[in-house]
Amino acid sequence: MLLAVLSGFILAALAPWLTRSLQDKAGWVLALLPAGLFVYFLSWVPVVVAEGAQVVAYPWIPGLDISLTMLVDGLSLLFALLISGIGTFIIIYAGGYLHGHEYLPRFYAIMFSFMAAMLGVVLSNNLITLFVFWELTSITSYLLIGFHHEEKESRWYALQGLIVTVGGGLALLAGLIMLALAGGSFELHEILASEELRDYGFYAGMVILILLGTFTKSAQVPFHFWLPNAMAAPTPVSAFLHSATMVKAGVYLMARLNPGIGGTELWLYALGIFGALTMFTGSFMALRSTGLKAVLAYTTVMALGTLTMLIGIGTEQAIIAAMTFLLAHALYKAALFMLAGALDHETGTKDITRLGGLRQLMPITFITACVAALSLAGLPPLFGFIAKELMFEATLQAPLISTFTTVLAVVSAIMIVAMAAVFSLRPFLGPLKETPKKPHEAPLSMLIGPVVLAGLSLVFGLAGFLPATALVGPAVAAVHGAPLDFDLYLWHGINLPLMLSVLAVVAGLLLFWQWDRVLAVYRRMTFIDRFGPERGYEKLMDGLVWLAAWQTRLLQNGYMRNYLLTIVLTTVGLTGWTFFVHTGSSAPLGTIEFAVHEIVVAGLVVLGAIVASVTSSRLGAVATLGMVGFGIALLYVFFSAPDLGTTQIMVETLTVILLVLVLFRLPAFQNLSSAAARLRDAVVALSLGGLMTLLILAVNAVEVTDRISDQLVAWSYPEAHGRNIVNVILVDFRALDTLGEIFVVGLAAIGVYAMIRLRAEDRKK
Amino acid sequence: MQTIMAFLIGALFAASIYMMLRRSIVKLVIGLILLSNAANLLIFTVSGLTRGLPPLIPEGAALPEGGWADPLPQALVLTAIVIGFGVLAFAVVLIHRAYEVINEDDLDKMRSTDT
Repeated sequence: MLLAVLSGFILAALAPWLTRSLQDKAGWVLALLPAGLFVYFLSWVPVVVAEGAQVVAYPWIPGLDISLTMLVDGLSLLFALLISGIGTFIIIYAGGYLHGHEYLPRFYAIMFSFMAAMLGVVLSNNLITLFVFWELTSITSYLLIGFHHEEKESRWYALQGLIVTVGGGLALLAGLIMLALAGGSFELHEILASEELRDYGFYAGMVILILLGTFTKSAQVPFHFWLPNAMAAPTPVSAFLHSATMVKAGVYLMARLNPGIGGTELWLYALGIFGALTMFTGSFMALRSTGLKAVLAYTTVMALGTLTMLIGIGTEQAIIAAMTFLLAHALYKAALFMLAGALDHETGTKDITRLGGLRQLMPITFITACVAALSLAGLPPLFGFIAKELMFEATLQAPLISTFTTVLAVVSAIMIVAMAAVFSLRPFLGPLKETPKKPHEAPLSMLIGPVVLAGLSLVFGLAGFLPATALVGPAVAAVHGAPLDFDLYLWHGINLPLMLSVLAVVAGLLLFWQWDRVLAVYRRMTFIDRFGPERGYEKLMDGLVWLAAWQTRLLQNGYMRNYLLTIVLTTVGLTGWTFFVHTGSSAPLGTIEFAVHEIVVAGLVVLGAIVASVTSSRLGAVATLGMVGFGIALLYVFFSAPDLGTTQIMVETLTVILLVLVLFRLPAFQNLSSAAARLRDAVVALSLGGLMTLLILAVNAVEVTDRISDQLVAWSYPEAHGRNIVNVILVDFRALDTLGEIFVVGLAAIGVYAMIRLRAEDRKK
Repeated sequence: MQTIMAFLIGALFAASIYMMLRRSIVKLVIGLILLSNAANLLIFTVSGLTRGLPPLIPEGAALPEGGWADPLPQALVLTAIVIGFGVLAFAVVLIHRAYEVINEDDLDKMRSTDT
């Protein structure tokens, strides 16, 4: 099972090489992997049907009791079968569609990574693994959408998809962590077994965060705009992304978590209302599209909305409807997309209004499109009809929001019937229209997928027991939390759902008849483009850039002084605030005792520092700095640190020499700052000085009882044979530290030398 | 004396920050020197001041006689003094070089990255 998930990544690494060496047959040969996986997953079906969900564990870090676990149940199998099954045809199809394309090897590499990531999402049992795969699908789909990377539009839309889905992914991560806290485990099968998820204190927050992730991924209103824009991708990608994968990941996660966190009012309202609105928006926008792929993209939005709504409704009827709809949609949508690609490929245009009369030239495409579109429209005897009937039944029985969902469902169905008719009839009937390329039938590699998938729609429709027992049944059991006994068949008798279907078909055909007029009406409704959520996204992006520019101008302003002021004021503010909160405003002054020679030296140091700061003479500054340095050396000596004293004296001497040498090659001091600036700087400087004084006083008041150095002193002679303890510490106990110091000084020396040499060479020129 | 040292260090910090806020790059270097002195004294002082008990072990003994001043902060400060000097030497030469190239001592006129 682990190999099944990872094999995609392995093949992805080999794909470029294989594609080059296999040339024209690459698509057919590479498709063997997904086909093999499909068979493998199929072999799991009897196991899951007979024994229910299986958890497959691989020891990963056995010492820490961490294992890589996978959950194989009806839901994950249904998805895995769709991914590998449709994936097989997509790979074959891509071989024909992108025949001879210079980036085909790269395409296969990304495609297989994407497929493997998607399998990882649906088979992971661990929340973190699931999230990693989830984000991998975002990244690989970014690469796929931006496949035509030389086009600006492609890059922009790829980035849009990435930002929307990854932004939602962040919320999802937070939500999943909360879920793990609520369930007491990161393993899905344990979390879902927990009864207390709905009573979790942050239940609402957790659900909203998770839904932000799934809604962005599955393109629910108001995040739906990225999906139609993802049409920038080559058609095989669109077909795969829309039918079985990427966008269904959100639906998968909602379905997966339904038995654990579903069934509440929040769940019902959030999923039901947003799902229904998405369903309506998708159909509404589909009706106004004239591009083959755009129509299909919006019907995908419709389908995702429908699925979300059904999961939200959550009754037994709704779950059955959702899983049936999922399967039906995957079958017809993949077929339709591949047909759209074939039409585009063979005629050179994807504008429906420019296509016509192709029935003679592309008969197989025509018939297949009709079958798949019948399933999309939900007409008997196709599988889509069963799904649509079930959906109407579910919305009619929905708790609380039944009227809302049913009305939207019927309105959407009418528009979808019209669009199915437009898609399958307009390009093929009527007089032959002039197209950029001379049309002819697509090659076998591009037709095998649609024909098989459309055929399955027909077979499943006629023999509903097949999917009912093998695919939909186990999936429903997983989403519902317990197995349900049901059957799928076409004829339910004359009932309300059937009447609604008839209404939808009749009204939809009327709409199809008048489609040109409808388009004209839409053209006048320009507000859709002006106020859609996509404008919101653009505004947000512009705002982000503006904010970044603004804060960079503010913080990275190029004035050394401002950086320093920011640092000092922040330090004073934060440390001072903490200090006063913890110790109050009174610092313990301690006892003031001193010897005369000490106070004289200390006074000289302070005086030196003050004079050095205010003098306008360079020589004066250097002299007073020397006074400060030598004074400090004396202080070291007074307080039992002879080594420090000698070092300080040597360093100070060198410093003075260096300053005298260099300073006098620089211009004389001048007063560059205004009096106000100097006053401000003095206040800032004094506040920091004051803070340091207070801190030292506070530290002095603390009695230190245990010192590390007592042990160092005790070791000094017996262990290191040294009598000067400071030296022993430097060269023995902390020898590596001293070695580092030597390196630093050496580097500084090299730097100094280099700069001086540089100057010498400049002079020579 | 600890108390007096606290004020002394505060004064050094104040002077160093004041100098580092000046526009002249030479004054920045003076501020840097003061800052490193202040920081060294800070470490030295907060570990406690001890008079007349250097951490030296006399001949024939295993421990210093009659107590000792804490040697660890002394070792740290010693390292810091030397490193401070290395940084200073580098900074001074760098400034000198910068002045030679752009002939300007005012930090406000050194805002561009490509002069």
